[in-house]
Amino acid sequence: MNSMNVTDIVNPINLVYKKNSVLTDLPMHYCPGCSHGVVHKLLGDIIEELDIQEQTIGVAPVGCAVFAYKYLDIDWQQAAHGRAPALATAIKRLLPDRYVFTYQGDGDLAAIGTAETLHACNRGENIVIIYINNGIYGMTGGQMAPTTLLGMKSTTTPKGRMYERDGNPLDMPKLLAQLDGVCYVTRQAVHTVGAVKKCRRAIKKAFEYSALNKGTSIVEVVSTCNSGWKLTPDGANKWMVENMFSQYPLGDIKDTIQAEKK
Amino acid sequence: MLMKGNEAIAHAAIRCGCDGYFGYPITPQSEVMETLMELEPWNTTGMVVLQAESEVASINMVYGAAGCGKKAMTSSSSPGVSLMQEGISYMAGAELPGVIVNVMRGGPGLGTIQPSQADYFQAVKGGGHGDYKMPTLAPASVQEMADLTVLAFDLAFKYLTPTMLLADGIIGQMMEKVVLPPYQPRLTEDEMRAKYPWATLGKPHGKKPNHITSLELLSEDMEKLNKRLQARYRTLEKEEVRFEEIACEDADYVFVAFGISARVCQKAVEIARSEGIKAGLLRPITLYPFPVEKIKELSNRVKGFISVELSAGQMVEDVRLAVNGKVPVEFYGRMGGIVPSPNEVFNALKDKLIQ
Repeated sequence: MNSMNVTDIVNPINLVYKKNSVLTDLPMHYCPGCSHGVVHKLLGDIIEELDIQEQTIGVAPVGCAVFAYKYLDIDWQQAAHGRAPALATAIKRLLPDRYVFTYQGDGDLAAIGTAETLHACNRGENIVIIYINNGIYGMTGGQMAPTTLLGMKSTTTPKGRMYERDGNPLDMPKLLAQLDGVCYVTRQAVHTVGAVKKCRRAIKKAFEYSALNKGTSIVEVVSTCNSGWKLTPDGANKWMVENMFSQYPLGDIKDTIQAEKK
Repeated sequence: MLMKGNEAIAHAAIRCGCDGYFGYPITPQSEVMETLMELEPWNTTGMVVLQAESEVASINMVYGAAGCGKKAMTSSSSPGVSLMQEGISYMAGAELPGVIVNVMRGGPGLGTIQPSQADYFQAVKGGGHGDYKMPTLAPASVQEMADLTVLAFDLAFKYLTPTMLLADGIIGQMMEKVVLPPYQPRLTEDEMRAKYPWATLGKPHGKKPNHITSLELLSEDMEKLNKRLQARYRTLEKEEVRFEEIACEDADYVFVAFGISARVCQKAVEIARSEGIKAGLLRPITLYPFPVEKIKELSNRVKGFISVELSAGQMVEDVRLAVNGKVPVEFYGRMGGIVPSPNEVFNALKDKLIQ
């Protein structure tokens, strides 16, 4: 009996999964279990599928995703903390036929960059905002974010977030959805295969919408930060489902373009 | 044409092929954006003009535009320029060209809307964090508001650095005759790709992507970036010093002043000469790089310098460094938005240096 060798198995006929060509081969610096890697992959998938690699310019934040520019093989600018929507505004205004997106965390978008985010959305800049909300400052070691849940422990709320002292968790997408400049707001997650598929469709829609000049598209991805949350990757997923989703329920919040079609 | 200094900046920006202006209103420079909005350059040259939500956003829009190789600028006045310091430092770190206009008003704090020159330190010593320098041009007339706007863009792109036009409330507000610079077409995208291969215009097929960033986590790489910046600053200091000398050839006493103070000192030189005192004026046009060699040379043949500024005394420190103790260096200044008269300055020269 002839034994099989590796070339019998690794050949195009047997290919069931192929990494998209936009993701670079660089090993990611993210912690095991972190949602960033999956969202990066989805972005690479969409950019490849829409064949817009040469027309896409990304704006990276300050936060764990500061190195996003190393992982997707497109032109990138790295912004000061919270200022990504201001950069994206200028890029899109000066290069209106390009696809421009920001990739921002909850500290970046919902705390230090609220003004830049809100006003870019209010002007209806034709950009995509990818918003990673894990309820904590991951890169600086797990401090309270504006999105941190009440009672949730962080290094700056060691006994849990208190409304009286810290206010309530801030739901930026809900707030931004009220603006006429915003055409699409959706809240997704990437903790299951089904969720990843839905998130992929949402990101694709956002990129397609941004080419219609109908305003800003926002995709929030409710994410885990198992190291910041001091949980295992699996435990973090469970904790997210049990705690984050009630505060940040998944699904579309606004879709004016879909509504127009109906 | 007769126009305000602030208006001259707007006209010059359009004419030199500026791609984008991003600003936020603040007295005494709001005419820059108002003039642009009235001129509607998006209908002629295609220049984008956008009123941003803050000076923080404005400077970051300039960053984004500059990262695409575009000629971009913003303008503000002192409190607004303080807000821009983060963005300016990021631009310096990311080696991005751009022009920032500061039509200075009196501080600290909300201060006054009257003219001042008290942001000299902030402009020439690096107002934001980290080791960087910013070419700083000081117009002293409406004509120079136009001419130096064009030069500021040239320097910004030659040295890949944010570049400042440091004017004051009077130069911004006063009206004078001006000959506007000729029209230069905006660069096409192909020209931009050829001239600025680092620009993020979308990654061409088969090429490496461009990254605009000031982040280097490896100490060795960060030091390398710093050394590259410092080498560039040394070249700037060698190649780009600009100044005007008025009656310095036989001068015993030299005023050192920029902007509106230089205009006052010019008159004070005339008064001094009419009274038999050989006074001259050295007017730095580039505040960074500072005319160190010129002052050194003058210090070998004059009896003293007096720096005249609308501040508590900032540039005088650089004059003293250049003179290095050879002859006395005195200071005269007014604050709070007050501009001294030529006689007042002449009397200061007599009191501090001659008697």
